Amino acid sequence: MTALVIVLALPLAGALAVIALPVRAAVPVALSATALTALSALVLAASVWQGGPVTLMVGGWQPPLGIALQADGLAAALIVMSALVVGAVAMAAWFEMAAARAGPRAAFGFWPLMLLLWGALNAVYVSRDLFNLYVGLELLSLAAVALVAISGTAQALVAALRYMIFALAGSLLYLAGVVLVYAGHGTLDIGLLSARSPAPGDALALGLMTAGLLAKTALFPFHVWLPPAHASAPAPASALLSALVPKASFLILIRLWFEAMPELASTAALLMLAGLGAIAVIWGGVLALVQSRLKLIVAYSTVAQLGYMFLVFPLAGGDGSAQPWAAGAWTGAMFQALSHGLAKAAMFLVAGICIAAVGSDRLGDLRGLARALPMTGFAFALAAITLMGLPPSGGFTAKYLLMTSAFAAGQWPWALVLAGGGLLAAAYLYRPLAALFTRDARLPVHPVARAWQGVPLALAALAVLLGLLSAAPFDLLQIGRPEPAVEGL
Amino acid sequence: MSLALDLALCGLILCVALGAVVGRGVFRSVIFFITYGLLLAIGWARLGAKDVALAEAAIGAGLTGVLLLTAHGRLRRMSVERAPRVGPNPMAATTGIAVALALGWAWFALPAPTAPDLAAALPLTGMGNPVTGVLLHFRAWDTLLESIVLLAALLGVWMLARDVDWHAPLGLRYHARPGGVLASFGRLLPPIGLSFGSYLVWAGADGTGGAFQGGTVLAAVVLVAMMAGVLPPPRVAQGGLRAALVVGPGVFLLSGLLAVALGMGFLTLPPAVAKPATLIIEVALTVSIAVTLAVLVIGPPDDKEPVR
Repeated sequence: MTALVIVLALPLAGALAVIALPVRAAVPVALSATALTALSALVLAASVWQGGPVTLMVGGWQPPLGIALQADGLAAALIVMSALVVGAVAMAAWFEMAAARAGPRAAFGFWPLMLLLWGALNAVYVSRDLFNLYVGLELLSLAAVALVAISGTAQALVAALRYMIFALAGSLLYLAGVVLVYAGHGTLDIGLLSARSPAPGDALALGLMTAGLLAKTALFPFHVWLPPAHASAPAPASALLSALVPKASFLILIRLWFEAMPELASTAALLMLAGLGAIAVIWGGVLALVQSRLKLIVAYSTVAQLGYMFLVFPLAGGDGSAQPWAAGAWTGAMFQALSHGLAKAAMFLVAGICIAAVGSDRLGDLRGLARALPMTGFAFALAAITLMGLPPSGGFTAKYLLMTSAFAAGQWPWALVLAGGGLLAAAYLYRPLAALFTRDARLPVHPVARAWQGVPLALAALAVLLGLLSAAPFDLLQIGRPEPAVEGL
Repeated sequence: MSLALDLALCGLILCVALGAVVGRGVFRSVIFFITYGLLLAIGWARLGAKDVALAEAAIGAGLTGVLLLTAHGRLRRMSVERAPRVGPNPMAATTGIAVALALGWAWFALPAPTAPDLAAALPLTGMGNPVTGVLLHFRAWDTLLESIVLLAALLGVWMLARDVDWHAPLGLRYHARPGGVLASFGRLLPPIGLSFGSYLVWAGADGTGGAFQGGTVLAAVVLVAMMAGVLPPPRVAQGGLRAALVVGPGVFLLSGLLAVALGMGFLTLPPAVAKPATLIIEVALTVSIAVTLAVLVIGPPDDKEPVR
């Protein structure tokens, strides 16, 4: 339980300390808070692995009066993935967000915002209370918007403002749904809600909350804010925004549709969610194909990769939850969340190294860069393997599980989406790969520290390892997984 | 009689809201919006939610009003003569109307809400005011995160500064005419606001008030003093400012961790020390809320010539 408290409190305490202490103390304090929190994340995952879900009643008050927090296997896996990503981002930012390179404003703002974002993510992962989830989402969104604005260009400010309008509209819709739930049941605890007696406003509440969360997860057609925002933030910030932030709102969707109100999951609604996900996979892939800047390609790829996760709804939700293939589909979607997080963070950190090396991320300017920076080129290739879903990566495990479930369920159109999305990913990632590995170097290359180059390589290797050693994360994800509904309504 | 008052109030709120949305000109919309905030505050008071009424009046009408008026002044100074033509937005209008209708339906369809019974638990907190009991005891984790949300918003505003201005004082320079209304208010209002704000914090344990309500009033005091030139605007690098920003969430978080170190749960305040501990946390939170809100409204570091 202490590990859970540290994972929640230390990023926040670190952020407060970084703001209060003199500027020269910021980086050492932020890095030590990051290291200690990451260590606690591993301890927490180990204790969930051994003893089952870890529960904490904040202040000693039981729901419905108080707020219950619980780290189940899914939360623990996301906490560990986030710790790995934030740890890597912090190391890259040590080089990239130094005051001499990024300016005093960005160098001041990055560290507390990174830690606040992390604290908010961990708070959302473990919360069992719908209003507490709202507060966590607010902290997450504000820190994320500020991280977009940090680069200071007019383009970035426009993207940040548009992001904020979408995020606030999403918050408002979610909050309206939360109010209806409270009016109907007098509680906001997910555990108590799953045992509630139905009230007339439930479907409306679920609809409002879902609409708000879709806007925050940037599912098609709410994706328009994502590519400009993620592409105009500094690379370490983009890595956090693309790899982690959409996973928080997606997790709340999972909590709502699988744990709090599974009996409301009508087939039509589930098909619509997955249908939007399928369109996102194709549309995001097509748009990634026509971009000419590396960061925009990687950002549009996020739109596509997030779409896969929504295939979980018809394959494992509603009536399908009791079917034999449900566990595979559910685990596949979560594997997609984990492996996309690791690989996408690696790609954005590679983009940051490219910008540091040649001062641009236009594909034409990156030509031949892998000859000067072979580790970076290799890191991008490894991350690309995961995003394309090629074996033996974590992305392959995810898509394999989803595809076998789709066939077992007789819902073969989803298998077509998985195959088509993989082909599109191969196509849009081929262009930067071809540019990086071409023989003729275009621009003079500034030297980049080897330690910095090693960071994305480690992340991309972890994304591949997730596929090679998939048994342990597979078992971890099953701990505390919602019991399949015995009967659907 | 009271029904007539309520109906008139509801009608006014709707008209003023419509005026703010469809009115022509930024300035007129801003004035409608401030009036809307004040009327909403009266509405909350009519519903018996005095704590919400106070917060709505102070933040919704007061601080947001100052913020919007300053933004309008700045747009004019940047010689943006005409308000940007924002055409009707059918998507937003349809969504807004649909959500309003759906929520209206739910209001009639749902039974009266049944809140959890606080009668047994409230005495354990040492608080007479259930709002404070909920904020600092039952849902302390929410309140702690919310106080940090304010800080994240401030960091976001600061990130909007130009790099060359980063070491400049916060906000635009204000010039109050000596002997003018602002200059005399700047000296008259702060003592009154200071007493009222402090009273709200103190009274929050048992009656209407608390850290958020008192903090907003104190933020207004700080703001008026800065606009009148009585208080020089701080710089980001000033240690005192940054300490004031984090003291509230810091004390709150450390008290929660202290409880863990003493073998109790996270954010637990045992009944024996609940009352004094709550007061210390509330005072620290008030300082941070007041300072954060005030510097949120005055804006990021800026080195432009003064606003008149």
